[in-house]
Amino acid sequence: MTGLNRILRRGRTGDRGAYWFILPYVIFFCAFVAYPLIFSFVLVFHRWNIVTPMEWIGLKNFDRLIGDALFYRSVLNTLTFLIIHIPLQVVVALALALLLNSGVRGRGLFRALYFLPVVVSGVAVTILWQQIYSFDYGILNNILHAAGIPSVPWLVDPRVAMPSIAIMATWKNVGIYIVLFLVGLQNIPRELYEAANLDGAGTFKQFRYVTLPMLNPTVVVIVVLSTIGGFSLFIEPYVLTGGGPMQSTLSGMLYIYNQAFSFGHMGYAATLGFVYALVILGVVVLQRRMIEQDVSS
Amino acid sequence: MKSALKYAALLAGAVVFAYPFLWMLAGSLKPELEIASLNLLSGNFSLQSYAQVLLKIPIARAFLNSIIVSAVTTASVVFFGSMVGYALARLRFLGKKMLYTLILFTMTIPFQIVLIPQYILMVKLGWTDTYLALVAPAMMSAFGIILFRQFFMAIPQALIDAARIDGCSELMILFRIIWPLSRPVIITVALLTFMSNWNEVLWPLMVVREQSLMTMPQLVTIFTTGGQAETQLGYLLAAATLLSLPVVIAYAFFQRYFIESMASSGLKG
Repeated sequence: MTGLNRILRRGRTGDRGAYWFILPYVIFFCAFVAYPLIFSFVLVFHRWNIVTPMEWIGLKNFDRLIGDALFYRSVLNTLTFLIIHIPLQVVVALALALLLNSGVRGRGLFRALYFLPVVVSGVAVTILWQQIYSFDYGILNNILHAAGIPSVPWLVDPRVAMPSIAIMATWKNVGIYIVLFLVGLQNIPRELYEAANLDGAGTFKQFRYVTLPMLNPTVVVIVVLSTIGGFSLFIEPYVLTGGGPMQSTLSGMLYIYNQAFSFGHMGYAATLGFVYALVILGVVVLQRRMIEQDVSS
Repeated sequence: MKSALKYAALLAGAVVFAYPFLWMLAGSLKPELEIASLNLLSGNFSLQSYAQVLLKIPIARAFLNSIIVSAVTTASVVFFGSMVGYALARLRFLGKKMLYTLILFTMTIPFQIVLIPQYILMVKLGWTDTYLALVAPAMMSAFGIILFRQFFMAIPQALIDAARIDGCSELMILFRIIWPLSRPVIITVALLTFMSNWNEVLWPLMVVREQSLMTMPQLVTIFTTGGQAETQLGYLLAAATLLSLPVVIAYAFFQRYFIESMASSGLKG
């Protein structure tokens, strides 16, 4: 009877107990999301090293950012990374997913192996690749040497270092995207291929006009996730190159970290983070629009 | 013939992804001079490099720290996340729509913007160099809440009504009725949270300087960049192997869950 009463009572007022359910999150949100967000708006107008009192400097942080060659360098580095990383990631993941999806045996085993770098700590992977890329005794140059090809200065040449990191990041993450493509491939209705077959479309045409368009949502996810990942690049350059040679692998996150912890410029570091967030949102919106347009045309 | 090519390509892929790890393991066991060789085997395998790593850095302690931090954050994200998810999916209250929008909104905020203010908050609270700084900001996850909400929406209302008539409180409904039905989503959220906290480096580097409180990836990072490894490749590879081992062992047993969880995490984009 009391149970029934409770159900009747809940009709208008809603469930009073619900507030206890959401209270922990509301507290968490205020402390660790809302407060930092609001505080970042305050920080960008100040010069501060945490120890001495905050000093109001108006728009000087933004002024400085506009003239900061290292800021532009870090954005350029990130774009270099993305221009290599994203197409490579999509092509390799799609190729391996198609192979895995073509009715081969041992599919689960291969998939598990390709996924292995995803679960291993980025620090371990980076230490490993430091040795792979090493100029004098690295695995890669050893193999090239055996094939009679001259050594490549993977991490010591400013033009090569960022592409090297992009290749490493692809190796590390491609497993996730293989799995996403596999899910996408399995969601394509069989009838589409049967219809294409009846129309006389060969393997290539089926791939071009059925598989690719149907995988478009997956590609959007991959591009967006890789972009956000690219802008968060930190531990790879931090361990591998320290941002060098000649700042060629200085990523946005590494620059923020250096400003905050090497120089104690909290206000400027917050400004960098703020502007970086805007750049990320801008790039992601732009990408979405471009990819969606591409499909409709 | 065509299928032979396919298998050749698949095998080549397997070598590309697996060989470097085998090389790392072999290198950690070899004497310094033999590491550069592409050959995985050696007659001179020894645990010398591991002994040196254990001697130079408190890596066992770091392992324990990582376990503590990852376990506490994971328990919290699952416990509180499922509560909020349940409220959003199944309870009626004022501001529900707003809360849901807010949670979706937090997922779109690039973390770069809150990182420095969050660090300053830790300093002001006096939490730097404590477990609190490592744990507190990761106690809840908007993404976890959304996953729980999605899953709970699909549970039949009749089940919940029946429990209410029997006089169950909402808390009892969540933990006695809903939880046992929600194994897949609990595993997904738990695994993703554990993994991301286990592998986190940037935040620990910011808030912890005290060596005895460092997490495992953080300690290995500092070992690598700080010159303690004395540019001995064997030490570096041994440290990297020790860091990888716990996850690889877990992965060997629960491979399917790892892959499925990661796949569902990709769907948030």
